[in-house]
Amino acid sequence: MPEGYRKTFFDPVITNNPIAVQVLGICSALAVTTQLKATVVMVVALTLVTGFSSFFVSLMRNGLPNSIRIIVQLVIIASLVIITDQILKAFAFEISRQLSVFVGLIITNCIVMARAEGFAMRNPPFLSLVDGLGNGVGYGVVLLSVAFFRELLGSGRLLGYQVFSLASEGGWYTPNGLMVLAPGAFFIIGIFIWVVRTIKPEQVEAD
Amino acid sequence: MLEHYLNLALTAVFVENIALAFFLGMCSFMAVSRRVDTAVGLGLAVTFVLTVTVPMNNLVYIYLLKPGALSWLHDDLATVDLSFLGFLTYIGTIAAMVQILEMVIDRFLPRLYNALGVFLPLIAVNCAILGASLWMVERNYNLGESVVFGLGSGVGWLLAIAALAAIREKLRYNNIPAGLRGLGITFITVGLMAIAFMAFAGIKL
Repeated sequence: MPEGYRKTFFDPVITNNPIAVQVLGICSALAVTTQLKATVVMVVALTLVTGFSSFFVSLMRNGLPNSIRIIVQLVIIASLVIITDQILKAFAFEISRQLSVFVGLIITNCIVMARAEGFAMRNPPFLSLVDGLGNGVGYGVVLLSVAFFRELLGSGRLLGYQVFSLASEGGWYTPNGLMVLAPGAFFIIGIFIWVVRTIKPEQVEAD
Repeated sequence: MLEHYLNLALTAVFVENIALAFFLGMCSFMAVSRRVDTAVGLGLAVTFVLTVTVPMNNLVYIYLLKPGALSWLHDDLATVDLSFLGFLTYIGTIAAMVQILEMVIDRFLPRLYNALGVFLPLIAVNCAILGASLWMVERNYNLGESVVFGLGSGVGWLLAIAALAAIREKLRYNNIPAGLRGLGITFITVGLMAIAFMAFAGIKL
């Protein structure tokens, strides 16, 4: 792997994470993280959509009139999301039910648009593909860690398997109901950002 | 009947607030809530666009995309199911509606146009707008219900972002731990607001 590609891939995973630093794509980060299994599917879907939309946008970038570029990008992204949605409905119906409207909302996920507009319009196709995949993975790292804590603390399970024995079944762990509900997601992401920024103080933005 | 609509509106504004319960439109919710006046501007624009696009997409769904929806054109088309084209069509409708609205407002209501400013075009890619349309389809609302749902969701979003902006203006004068400043504390504030909104759960007329 040449140096440029490696940097493009790992930069968004660690130093320039789309969620913690760029504050993009938070909607789904909060909504799909109650269970780890659904989160994994969502992360894979988003990574592929981001990668390939960047790839196709980059392929067309030289022949694309500036005035209609947003609508063309939207059409490319929406088509990719339709394919994803149909595949999920066909092979993972349960999870597609659980994710409900949030698969469709990948279209308006700011990460996808931001990579297409901010990176793919100025870079060659394969570099854009790598950049899209890297951003997807960076998004995945945050999502999976949020989902890990929400599922573990909220229901004592991981990937659906019981890890902590619940008090209701004679065990010791009383599930923290707040974690499964909306506010828990906000708290965990808030704390996550706090931890990241304590380690890397240069990321704090002026308010 | 009226009771049903009132109930739907109340649910959309408070109980199932699209920002605090379903996390929709979070990107702009976090980014544009630094000052109250800009937050209210964006909130009004979102409310406006939601009230127009949700019923529009409702018509598109009922008369074009739903399984058997094309039967009003010709009997042979009664078996056609175009619902898989949903995402593409809704986002197209939204983008087109936002564009048209922008031109109409610019022409007839220049004052409102200046107040909304750059927010109007940006709204096309706000996930709250697409999200509300997708909920409408998933819950099978009719035209009347989708007008009420669109308006209610918009008002709920406006309420949430205005409240958050007001809190953030006060937060600026507080002594917050360095790493938590900015985004971190905003998330925790929104979490507390979401808890407060949970108190509305179960309210029915």
